[in-house]
Amino acid sequence: MTEVRRLYRDPDHRVVAGVAAGLAAHLSLPTIAVRIAFIALLPVDGMGALLYAAFWAVLPVAPGPLGARPARRDRRQVLPFLALAIGIVGVSQLSGFGGGASGTIGWLVAMIAAGAGVIWHLADPSRRRQWRQTVPQAPWLGVVLDETDRRSYLIRLIGGGVLIVTGIIGILFVFPVFSASGVGSMVNGLIFAVVALAGLAVVVAPLLYRMFSQLRTEREARIREQERAEIAAMVHDQVLHTLALIQRNAGDAKAVLRLARGQERSLRNWLYKPAAVSCEVLSAALEEAVAEVEDTYAIAVESVMVGDADVDDRVGALVAAAREAMVNAAKHAKVQTISLYAEVEPEKVSVFVRDRGVGFDLSTVEDDRHGVRGSIIGRMERHGGKAEIRSEPGDGTEVRLTMPVPERRDRDKDGNRNG
Amino acid sequence: METGMDEQQRLRVFLVDDHAMFRAGVRAELGAYVEVIGEASTVAQAVSAIAGLEPDVVLLDVHMPDGGGRAVLDAVRRSHPQVKFLALSVSDAAEDVIGLIRAGARGYVTKTISPEDLAAAIRRVAEGDAVFSPRLAGFVLDAFAARPDTPVADPELDLLTNREREVLRLLARGYAYKEIAKELYISIKTVETHVSNVLRKLQMSNRYELSRWAADRRLV
Repeated sequence: MTEVRRLYRDPDHRVVAGVAAGLAAHLSLPTIAVRIAFIALLPVDGMGALLYAAFWAVLPVAPGPLGARPARRDRRQVLPFLALAIGIVGVSQLSGFGGGASGTIGWLVAMIAAGAGVIWHLADPSRRRQWRQTVPQAPWLGVVLDETDRRSYLIRLIGGGVLIVTGIIGILFVFPVFSASGVGSMVNGLIFAVVALAGLAVVVAPLLYRMFSQLRTEREARIREQERAEIAAMVHDQVLHTLALIQRNAGDAKAVLRLARGQERSLRNWLYKPAAVSCEVLSAALEEAVAEVEDTYAIAVESVMVGDADVDDRVGALVAAAREAMVNAAKHAKVQTISLYAEVEPEKVSVFVRDRGVGFDLSTVEDDRHGVRGSIIGRMERHGGKAEIRSEPGDGTEVRLTMPVPERRDRDKDGNRNG
Repeated sequence: METGMDEQQRLRVFLVDDHAMFRAGVRAELGAYVEVIGEASTVAQAVSAIAGLEPDVVLLDVHMPDGGGRAVLDAVRRSHPQVKFLALSVSDAAEDVIGLIRAGARGYVTKTISPEDLAAAIRRVAEGDAVFSPRLAGFVLDAFAARPDTPVADPELDLLTNREREVLRLLARGYAYKEIAKELYISIKTVETHVSNVLRKLQMSNRYELSRWAADRRLV
């Protein structure tokens, strides 16, 4: 909804409330023209004032930096407009154009509208924000409690109230005078009723609108809160569950290790990973392979990753080869931990899988290790990469995989995430 | 393990960790290698005991109530510069690691480290060298990665040399110092020098990533 160009009040350029400035900005007209239009409409049954009050009541303040106070109004600007208004009203009175009962009633209604506007704007957004902070459960209560705003609140409330009451009394006073004139009183009565209804609608509508929008933002906040609580509960249950399982399997070292690693991994993911990790990036794909190997073979893989890249065919092959290397180490090396290191450089991606296990003599054993030949070396070469295996009996094994990256495609978006 | 096994003087080690089980475990495991002269479970206890005992090396937990390892480092380090600190944590989060190192710890290892490796790390820290876990080496490579958009204020501190990069890569790949020396045809002492230089850069550099990590994280 933010794409739509919306109409706002502009309190930074206000003379009264920034309605004219806001309208002018929205319509791309000079501000002065809009102001003069409002003033020119004044003598027409107070239409200018009525319109102004209506706009004031419904238009939100233009969003600016949070908590910034609007600029002081430029009082010098008020004078010429005031003079202009008096002049126009005076001329229209002299010419007899604006006279008569309906004119007076229009003025009084405008007065009521202005009073209502003043009262509604007690609830302007910055103040509502304050209320929310002081009394999050019942923001509208905040106004009663908020010490700093109480004085201006009272002044505005009383001022607005006086305007409304004066207007109503005025109408009641004017109305019977003209009721004497027979048939006209019927028409006048109807007009009065319509105006009163319209006034009521104008009074109530913005309040309802405000209430709804406030409820909407509160609902959004509540949903967010709920989401967080759900995740917390999920992790909590998981952890407790794992701990219970560990206690039950205390005798079985392998099972305990597997449980602990699995839990550690899921917690780590939850704590340090951005949400919605997919396997579209190297680090996530490798983490998934690591998790699979850890779970299947009850072994710990210490993974360290520097940089990240999107997964394409080549990187996918690299991940598959790395997984195979880990599986080999888990199966044959007779160790508890394997190290995995992956680094993304501008021109190549490298993965190293190392164990300190029994190792093997490449020249003698290689032939019956199809995993090594097909799944690691062959796969890497098919995709234009290179696999190198270093092993010595008793000195562990290291599989070194490098895959050249044709062009720089994807330097990570958010300044590198680590394993 | 490649240095000083024959040294008869046993290192005096102090344990700071709020988990009694963990302290007991480490004490039992390390008994064969070093002398554990005391332990503390809170920051206040740790600060007064370390000042009184002046151990060679303090094994410092990162996460503790009332300030964690960082608070202990801040309180003791200036008045007792000869005491070396080795951070020990289950957390591998970059902010934790970098935060402790920048506060003055000479090294960082995770709690899953084997007793032999931990003893070796303690010895290395006591001798004034630095100890990097593979993950810490990865962080450093990451943080000092040559990015075109990162301004380099002080090349001496803000950039790693190629040799330092190579050493860190091997550390990240799980190589021991001895293996790194063999791989790069240099002496173990040279490897240690490179790592110590990297530690100094890590502590002094104002690279954006590092200052951000240090600033973001008030260790609790």
